Amino acid sequence: MAKVESNFKNMTLTLLVISLVASAALGLVYQSTKEPIAKAQMAKINSAIEAVVPEFNNQPFEESYKVEVDGGELIFYPAKKDGQLVGTAVKTFSKNGFSGLIELMVGFLPDGSINKIAVVSHKETPGLGDKMEPKKSNFSIQFEGRNPENFKLKVKKDGGDVDAITASTITSRAYCDAVERAFKALKEGGAK
Amino acid sequence: MSKFYNLTKGILKENPIFVIVLGMCPTLATTSSAMNGLGMGLATTFVLLGSNVVISLMARFIPDKVRIPSYIVVIATFVTIVDLVMQAYTQSLYEKLGIFIPLIVVNCIVLGRAEAFANKNNVLESALDGIGMGLGFTFALTLLGSVREVLGGGSIFDHKFINGDGILVFILAPGAFIALAYLIALFNKIKK
Amino acid sequence: MEYILIVIAAIFVNNVVLSQFLGICPFLGVSNKIETSLGMAGAVTFVIVLATIVTFLLQHYVLNPLGIGYMQTIVFILVIAALVQMVEIMLKKLSPALYQALGIFLPLITTNCAVLGVAILVIKKNYNLLEGVVYGGATAIGFGLALVIMAGIREQLELANIPKGMKGVPIALLTAGILALAFMGFAGIVK
Repeated sequence: MAKVESNFKNMTLTLLVISLVASAALGLVYQSTKEPIAKAQMAKINSAIEAVVPEFNNQPFEESYKVEVDGGELIFYPAKKDGQLVGTAVKTFSKNGFSGLIELMVGFLPDGSINKIAVVSHKETPGLGDKMEPKKSNFSIQFEGRNPENFKLKVKKDGGDVDAITASTITSRAYCDAVERAFKALKEGGAK
Repeated sequence: MSKFYNLTKGILKENPIFVIVLGMCPTLATTSSAMNGLGMGLATTFVLLGSNVVISLMARFIPDKVRIPSYIVVIATFVTIVDLVMQAYTQSLYEKLGIFIPLIVVNCIVLGRAEAFANKNNVLESALDGIGMGLGFTFALTLLGSVREVLGGGSIFDHKFINGDGILVFILAPGAFIALAYLIALFNKIKK
Repeated sequence: MEYILIVIAAIFVNNVVLSQFLGICPFLGVSNKIETSLGMAGAVTFVIVLATIVTFLLQHYVLNPLGIGYMQTIVFILVIAALVQMVEIMLKKLSPALYQALGIFLPLITTNCAVLGVAILVIKKNYNLLEGVVYGGATAIGFGLALVIMAGIREQLELANIPKGMKGVPIALLTAGILALAFMGFAGIVK
């Protein structure tokens, strides 16, 4: 149906105009979605933080700081109530999951014990490794209230104190690896 | 072709997945649950509608030799819009659909409709065609997603109705192929 | 050592077709003869490796510095479309026989989700250029492997007695499902 001749001038002009209009339109959409996107990302982290540390009234996101570790970086989110530190949420990871990267949010109390652990992301097998999620099994509950100083963060098979998920030893090991990474960084850097 | 036919042909007679067998990649990858399938279908429908309308408006001005690259730019623009908007307002669905949102641009259905219909028909018909095909695609994806979710996890639209797990293979890769195989066979049988 | 892991993971553990669901349309469309499968796999490998290099350079030297990451989809797909055009022209001159055999499937490489998918994944996984190329090449080999295995099976299936309702696409999908099940056995061999 093209009534326009396919000569060089028309072709380049058409492509140029279309590309310019497209870029302009996208630039507009990008600008107007920049803030909602940032807000949505913050909301996701905030709900993970809220799930793992006691009540707070500061903005952990704004006071967050990064800690470089071997293989990546951890993000520390201090939770304070009326200026006093009530807990530190640590976004940690392990690359040893059965299907790759696992990211957890571990909530530590000021004395170094674990308050709660939430799952940020994983690709583990449904029905097996995904039992690390709190609503799928009680696996993560055994960590609550424990202090890694006297609770060995390894599965019982490896001489530790953790009951692994049945038939998901690799996932369980990776989970422990992530929690241990967070605890080590907390001890070395100290909560701020 | 009547307008009503244009709107509804995509659902049964010319269903892009069950009959024409196009757009397989997102069909298999994003249907591990009914909600994901529905979300993917709707995002693709938006792109189909947008690109069909714009291409139908512009078809006359595009030199024949550059029509495919031009259509691609238009489609890619709508895909990026969907991507940004979903990132801002439907974060969890956005993360679940992952790479398949930008991959809408290579969904053969979209380019296929632009080439086969939108560049030869007026705006209203093209819009109806886009919506119709999109609806058919969405129907197929939601159906497949529901089957996989019910059989694989005993839940529908995230409401669980059994305790424990279902036939897990259906949530995993092989299950997608197998479920779709039987659905297409069933569809063929019903059509006769 | 890292590179060997990337290769094994891309070909077996996370096979692009059987595990990541990329490249299904050509996988179903071309895999009925071993010869065409090999030709297709070769063309796709060439395009993927080139596309990975060009898109990587564009992302890191143009899109990122200018802060226009949102143009990624448009830029990447245009690059791929241009590369496929180039491959078509080259193939027509160098091997008209292969050009004829591949027919419509050659321009369709543009819409092969595996190509765009790999380009995007290389950026998402933060690979450097060499890792990206290795990953792209390995993924293409995985694509070829899946295609050739499928073709081998389908050539045999032609001689079998298949119920009428399952002929064509359904039995192909079912076969793919069983193949995918088999490939799941590779999970966990690469940490």
